[in-house]
Amino acid sequence: METTEVKSVLYTAKDFKSDQYVRWCPGCGDYAVLNSLQKVMADLGIAPHNTAVVSGIGCSSRLPYYTSSYGFHTIHGRGAAVATGVKVANPELTVWQITGDGDCLAIGGNHFIHSVRRNVDINVLLFNNQIYGLTKGQYSPTTKKGFVTKSSPFGTVERPFRPAELTFGARGTFFARLLDVDLKNAQSTMLAAAKHKGTSLVECLVNCVIFNDGAHDWLAQRDTRADRLIFLEDGKPMIFGKDRDKGLVLNGFNLKVVTIGENGVTEKDLLVHDATCEDTTLHFKLAMMEGPDMPIAMGVIRAVEDETYDRAVEAQIAEVQAKSKIKTFDDLISTCEQWEM
Amino acid sequence: MDKTKTTELDNVVVRFSGDSGDGMQLTGTLFSNLSAILGNEISTFPDFPSEIRAPQGTVGGVSGFQVHLGSSKIYTPGDDADVLVVMNPAALKVNATGVKKHGVIIYDVDSFEKSDFEKAGFTTENPFAELSISDTIQLIPAPLSSLTQSSLDGFGFDNKTVLRSKNMFALGLICWLFNRPIDQAIHFLTNKFGKKPTILEANVKVLTDGFNYGNNLHLTVSTFLVEKSHETPKGKYTSISGNKATAWGLIAAAQKAGLQLFLGSYPITPATDIMHELANRKDMGVKVVQAEDEIAGITSAIGAAFAGSLAATSTSGPGLALKAEAIGLAVMAELPLVVVDVMRGGPSTGLPTKTEQTDLLQALYGRNGESPAVVMAAGTPDDCFHYAYMASKIALEHMTPVILLTDAFIGNGTSLWKLPKLADLAEIKPNYAKAGTEDTTKVTSRDEKSKVRYWSFPGKEGFGHRNGGLEKDYATGCISTDPFNHEKMVNTRQAKVDYISNFLPDVKVEGNVDADMLVIGWGGTHGHLMTAVNNLNKAGKKIALAHFNFINPLPKNAVEVIQGYKKVVVCELNSGQFATFLRSKVPGVEFLQYNKVQGQPFTVAELEADFSELL
Repeated sequence: METTEVKSVLYTAKDFKSDQYVRWCPGCGDYAVLNSLQKVMADLGIAPHNTAVVSGIGCSSRLPYYTSSYGFHTIHGRGAAVATGVKVANPELTVWQITGDGDCLAIGGNHFIHSVRRNVDINVLLFNNQIYGLTKGQYSPTTKKGFVTKSSPFGTVERPFRPAELTFGARGTFFARLLDVDLKNAQSTMLAAAKHKGTSLVECLVNCVIFNDGAHDWLAQRDTRADRLIFLEDGKPMIFGKDRDKGLVLNGFNLKVVTIGENGVTEKDLLVHDATCEDTTLHFKLAMMEGPDMPIAMGVIRAVEDETYDRAVEAQIAEVQAKSKIKTFDDLISTCEQWEM
Repeated sequence: MDKTKTTELDNVVVRFSGDSGDGMQLTGTLFSNLSAILGNEISTFPDFPSEIRAPQGTVGGVSGFQVHLGSSKIYTPGDDADVLVVMNPAALKVNATGVKKHGVIIYDVDSFEKSDFEKAGFTTENPFAELSISDTIQLIPAPLSSLTQSSLDGFGFDNKTVLRSKNMFALGLICWLFNRPIDQAIHFLTNKFGKKPTILEANVKVLTDGFNYGNNLHLTVSTFLVEKSHETPKGKYTSISGNKATAWGLIAAAQKAGLQLFLGSYPITPATDIMHELANRKDMGVKVVQAEDEIAGITSAIGAAFAGSLAATSTSGPGLALKAEAIGLAVMAELPLVVVDVMRGGPSTGLPTKTEQTDLLQALYGRNGESPAVVMAAGTPDDCFHYAYMASKIALEHMTPVILLTDAFIGNGTSLWKLPKLADLAEIKPNYAKAGTEDTTKVTSRDEKSKVRYWSFPGKEGFGHRNGGLEKDYATGCISTDPFNHEKMVNTRQAKVDYISNFLPDVKVEGNVDADMLVIGWGGTHGHLMTAVNNLNKAGKKIALAHFNFINPLPKNAVEVIQGYKKVVVCELNSGQFATFLRSKVPGVEFLQYNKVQGQPFTVAELEADFSELL
């Protein structure tokens, strides 16, 4: 990515803003993610005309209208399949897919797992607010069990999906998590996602101020955030806490929170994050951590190199073309079993 | 040698029938191809069950392949067979009523044992009597299995492998019966089995022995001679199936337009061969995504169209239903897209391997909102090439989804195809947005006359835009809920499709133009309708045919042509869908109907009978 560093001076976030008025509700978490994305697009240094932003349907899926790149607001749930078509048709493009928890995991669940399985080189921002906003407040596949919504007036009786589990189950090569209001970490996480070759799944924890306000409050509150989140960095020990004194160790098959300086624990005893490990076991454990006993894992949890679908398609074509005498339609016709009449 | 006589025929129908594992499709294909090389017109139709391997010897597992050879122009695989070859009693049962009065039935007498009769559901040991087969039909018992066994005696194959070659014995016998030298068949087998010398040798041996067996038959069997056709325009020909022709039409269009071809598709009978063919054309740079479902098939194609490819999706009826919402997106986003629907029996799973024309109204109207798309239909296996090419041209030049209807009959059937040259095909010139012209940069910027919007796609600097399924403002391209703007956009999208009629060829009137009755058909029924109309005109009747390949929009002369006849009958393999459509488009005409919804093509005989009654 040497060229990125050179090019990054070419653009600013402003170059990726469209002239459209942003129509999300005041206070919506989507604004913060949009701003971070535009900053990351500038930092990436890929020109707006070589960038395509594809979405499905839902509040977050309006995002393509607000960027100056090529944008395509498609139909509910199908963003992943459309983005696959865009990327396979032209692998030179940088393709972002914008989706929500309903769009991606309910109506679009099938396309989601298959785009992840194929490892198409697209960057997926999954806006998870655990609610259907645009249809005004029904429970989604990520809504916590028991939660009261308009379509679950007595509380949902459904077990929610956890996006990381689905991603790993579909053999995902990249999974990361960010929080809408944590701009600095959100941007570095998105940038890592953009640079990863393959389907980069970024679960964006966003707040819906109207229908599910405070869904992520336990981890998002500014004064307690440092104690409740752990920002993972590849190659670095798993440390967190306001005083940077807490860490993660393995206890049997499970993760455990320890305090540095207590019971003889030093920084050297802590686990060191390896996002590039092919085995998903530890990535699973990290991604599944839940409060109040454990911190929520943020940042790049998994980033494993593997061949991307779009490049594999191109490589196979090149391989066949190198061997084949058929170059044109007329060549093809000449291969027919043919006779004069 | 005891060849008693040779009957010269203008055309002849041969049907091969056996278990779905008996190799009847291969036998039929080889026979039709070698006949074509000898100068005959050909038309074929495979008829196979949806089960891959139903229990052996049962009626459910019978697979057939019909070949029609002609010394003059033929349009169909024929109705009833002159010669029926059956490998077991089940095949006899399925085809018993489909043999001509003075036809010939050749059967493998080794497979006509008590247990075979039971498997086929016969209650006696005389299936011919049980089926009341006319004694005017000549029966030829041939021990195909045992002769194949002795033919391959020294090869050391197991019995199962040996019996798999009995179709070649049958082919050899048929070659003798039709005075066909077997050299060409051997040439085909060499191409097919060249890498497996023992298999090749075995097949050639059985084929030759089958031919010699015929030669030595001391029976009063008359052989057939179908002379070379002198009506076929001179040139180089091959035989091609409709599905392959469709795939090649898309390939030709992509090269002509200078675009990459992209297919997003999901396996579905009877359309999958289109995907197979395109997946095999990596040499031509075709990108194929075998999607996770029908919806991803079309939406990935829409993504590719957005990114600047010639994009297509192939499917059959149930798949078209699943794609409906996405076709609406292509209508709204005004993107070029070819949707091929190889129609089969419906509704729901219906009759997956059988043919019907029951998706017409779905193609025309099966979407939410005012959602006009171009609908067209191919008429024969070979013209699937032309119409797939034209569907691509219209999609690219008019920025619209085009639904191309073919069907199981023409998709799987084959006909002669005169080999085209790319240079001879019509130019394809998409309406690209032009650099430096301000008024072509908006997503809704369009040519005011044709209403075709300018096409630009990612990678092109200066044309960045946001497209999508929400209504857009006519002038700015931004999303808009303005009531009058919406109506204007609805009318614009309709006008754009209507305008395409300016580029369509007139619908032709074939047969007797000054007729007492006009037959109307569309799509894959052309062969049967044309043959019936020609036969009746030869018999002194006055009857004409107007066959439609372009349905929405209709050719400009359609209304005038139809209104010019006192009596009009619309014939289709559904309950009257095109008739319903025409009633909404052509005033003052009483449309009679001839409909058939049996999963089978028309027969010429039933059409002639119906038309004679109406005349």
